[in-house]
Amino acid sequence: MEPVKINDLACNDLPWKIAYDPERCTLCGSCIAACTFDAIGPRMERRRMIYSDSETPDPKTLFSARPVIDQQNVLKNYCRGCGVCERVCPNSAISALRNPDSRFQVVHQCATGTAPKRGGRNNLEVQSRTLDTLRVGRISQMTDPSLDAQRHTFDCLAPLGRILPAKSLPLQLNAEGQLTQGGSTPPVRWIYPVIIGDMSIGALSWRMWEAIAMAVAYLNEECGLPVRMCSGEGGMPVRLLKSRHLKYMILQIASGHFGWNRIIQAMPHMVEDPAGVLIKIGQGAKPGDGGLLMAAKVAEHIQAIRGVPKTDLLSPPNHQGLYSIEESVQKMFLSFNAAFKFRVPVAIKVAASATSVSVFNNLVRDPYNIVGGFFLDGIDGGTGAAHDISLDHTGHPSVSKLRDCYLAAVAQGRQGQIPLWAAGGLGKTGNLAADAFKMICLGANGVFSGKLILQMAGCLGNDLGRCNACNTGLCPAGITTQEPVLARRLDPERVAENIVNYFLGMDMDLRKLMAPIGNSALPVGRSDCLVSTDKAVADRLQVQHVC
Amino acid sequence: MCRIGALKSRHYLHPSKALLLMQSQQKGHDNSGFAMVMQDLGGRFADYKKLPTLSLACTDKGLEITRELLRATGFRRVQEWQPEVNPIPGLDIQALANYAFQTFDYPESYRHATDREKEDLLTDTRLALRAALEPGEEGFVYSFWPDVITLKEIGDPRAIGTYFNLWQEDEEFTAKLITAQCRQNTNYEIVRYAAHPFFMQGYTALANGENTFYQKNKEFQSNLHRGYIGFESDSQCFLYTLHYLHRELGWPLSTYKHVITPLPFEDAVKRPDHEQLLVMRQSLAHLEINGPNTIIGVLPDNTLFTCCDAKKLRPVVVGRDADTVAISSEVCGINEVLPERDWEADIYPNEREIVIINDTLEVQRWNQ
Repeated sequence: MEPVKINDLACNDLPWKIAYDPERCTLCGSCIAACTFDAIGPRMERRRMIYSDSETPDPKTLFSARPVIDQQNVLKNYCRGCGVCERVCPNSAISALRNPDSRFQVVHQCATGTAPKRGGRNNLEVQSRTLDTLRVGRISQMTDPSLDAQRHTFDCLAPLGRILPAKSLPLQLNAEGQLTQGGSTPPVRWIYPVIIGDMSIGALSWRMWEAIAMAVAYLNEECGLPVRMCSGEGGMPVRLLKSRHLKYMILQIASGHFGWNRIIQAMPHMVEDPAGVLIKIGQGAKPGDGGLLMAAKVAEHIQAIRGVPKTDLLSPPNHQGLYSIEESVQKMFLSFNAAFKFRVPVAIKVAASATSVSVFNNLVRDPYNIVGGFFLDGIDGGTGAAHDISLDHTGHPSVSKLRDCYLAAVAQGRQGQIPLWAAGGLGKTGNLAADAFKMICLGANGVFSGKLILQMAGCLGNDLGRCNACNTGLCPAGITTQEPVLARRLDPERVAENIVNYFLGMDMDLRKLMAPIGNSALPVGRSDCLVSTDKAVADRLQVQHVC
Repeated sequence: MCRIGALKSRHYLHPSKALLLMQSQQKGHDNSGFAMVMQDLGGRFADYKKLPTLSLACTDKGLEITRELLRATGFRRVQEWQPEVNPIPGLDIQALANYAFQTFDYPESYRHATDREKEDLLTDTRLALRAALEPGEEGFVYSFWPDVITLKEIGDPRAIGTYFNLWQEDEEFTAKLITAQCRQNTNYEIVRYAAHPFFMQGYTALANGENTFYQKNKEFQSNLHRGYIGFESDSQCFLYTLHYLHRELGWPLSTYKHVITPLPFEDAVKRPDHEQLLVMRQSLAHLEINGPNTIIGVLPDNTLFTCCDAKKLRPVVVGRDADTVAISSEVCGINEVLPERDWEADIYPNEREIVIINDTLEVQRWNQ
């Protein structure tokens, strides 16, 4: 009899358990080869069979050794539930089952002295979403006609850049009584109201990043949708910096300043201005925490782009130069505006927080008119890597905060002066158009989305704890890995095609929501066309409660 | 549904013409009210073109409150006219006790004041009067401006005409420019202030339609000017935008269309003035309108214009003879007042057009 070693790790301590049917298994080895986490492996099992070969019972025992596939009971190689084994098994002999009795959080910390980390998502609040309690409820009927989503023209663009109040515009009447423009105004780009969110070339595999860039170029040049993509912190290939496609890119700078050495060196050779610069102050998935790229993912090309050795790359939680918000406006915004000679809008991305309105108020009142966008990221946003505790226990939803910021602007008569862009789990249910539209009605000019793009590429993770291994560099879909073998699982052209198709569908969906409310331009701030079946939500967001 | 109309003539016109213009369109409105603004006045007001006339409907107590407030402000009454009314039993009208049109001289302290200062005084006084009359609904003050009279009432336009003797043409109550609308039953509360035409500081606007960007317009306009109040009707937004662009920003009328119904981006970028169009659009994005609309407007110099939404979802027609131009939601109205005109010369403005009638009755069509 085996002694009970209660302190050894057992598979029922882990979040996922492998279900394996040896009767169906042909031992082809596909699952083991495909599992990037080494969570399963071959093992010999001793089998005992009792049989009788005479006419009267004469039990005999036969022992045999059988090869089987088995789960590894090792913390380093625990099963993430990605389900790749099931996908590749030709006989449906293996799958991963969620273990509701997992003790993983405790045993991991007890064994290693560190809390678990993961990439991906917030897994605690997955039950209900505020946006799902909202409906587009003001439908044009007899007083005003609905439009026709197929036939009518729609202006589905959103601004990125500082917008001056009309009284500050440099417009004068000339002698003929015509209005002429006498001076310059801050740069404003009118772009598609969905930006592909900031996922760095370190967080993503180069093939994934390239797929997004290809999709963006195709959407712009073949489909007429001016979609922009944000680089994330970590720069981008010099070839791209010097190409005309730079105009589709928003360059991000975060507290680590990764990649900016190359960007600055490339500036004299740029043939196009970038679409914008986004200063990342915070991230919705892990507010108050800096960026984190595990050494496992710092491949050679990442080292080259960022100018760093192979090591864990941690961006500080704060910008070193940021002593106060006033200083931030003057130093950071001014210097980035000046860097591109005031031709490129400079925006800020912050994590939604109880203090978001204060931050927004400070920026919207800045006397220099140089903050060109307020990107508000919510708790449901994704991350390449974070401590579990940050993902699970910090953060603030973005819906009510976006609304608060918009209403703060309304109260001051400053709506639209700093375009509001919102994110944080948008498109989580698969329909980004609906979420984007509702956020726009609540006051956003546009939205940005990252995680959903990964879903389009084939990400196997979800918000119920499946996979979430973006931090390991072992992404089974080849999306968030720098391992060449894994990255090659991803077909960049297929991914680009998926993204393009999704955007085209989303664009039609947006029209299908604008048409019934009779609007041919984006209904920014039109909360009157939303209704909520939830009284608390309706009251909080100041929309009509219906029942 | 509203029906709107406007008459501009070389000669003084009696309001019966406006009633005539509107009456044949009654299937298009619901006979729930009548409102009109008369500008460039003749008859008994012809000699007071520089002095402000107050248009007021109120209770006896309201009349008292008004007298006190204006006296305290220093205004001196130089003329008063209360229309003779026909309170025939059975008339469909919710009449108030008093309808007063009083002309005042400015306070002594304003003898050397600039026009702008006088205009601000008139607006502030009107706003103060409105606030003073609001408790207990003691009265409604529609306009307080030189050479302008406003009349609004709830009821059947024909009955309202009978009540105020408006069917009876005379030479004492006339104007060269009359804008009118026949409806009180708005989408919101039935309030006298909700009836267009709306008037503010020389600008008049009335609309046939639905402004689905009402909330955006309203939230934005509320912070732009102390006089942008009320919002009892979504059509008030059209007046405030016109006033803001033309008077507050000093922009020409041609920009009005660019702000309320901007060109699609793909068309705007092809224009030589696209940068200017873009900065106007982005700074005043919250003044854009959406939904089906036709607007008739008047500028302080009595220029009359009309334009419609970007998809021409509500039509309007402009007809004229040698002396009079008529604008109307339906051509049948014009047929009533200008039966002898050349019908082939009627203008049905398109969705990217403003039709302007200046003081010499020259009709211009501006393409956006």
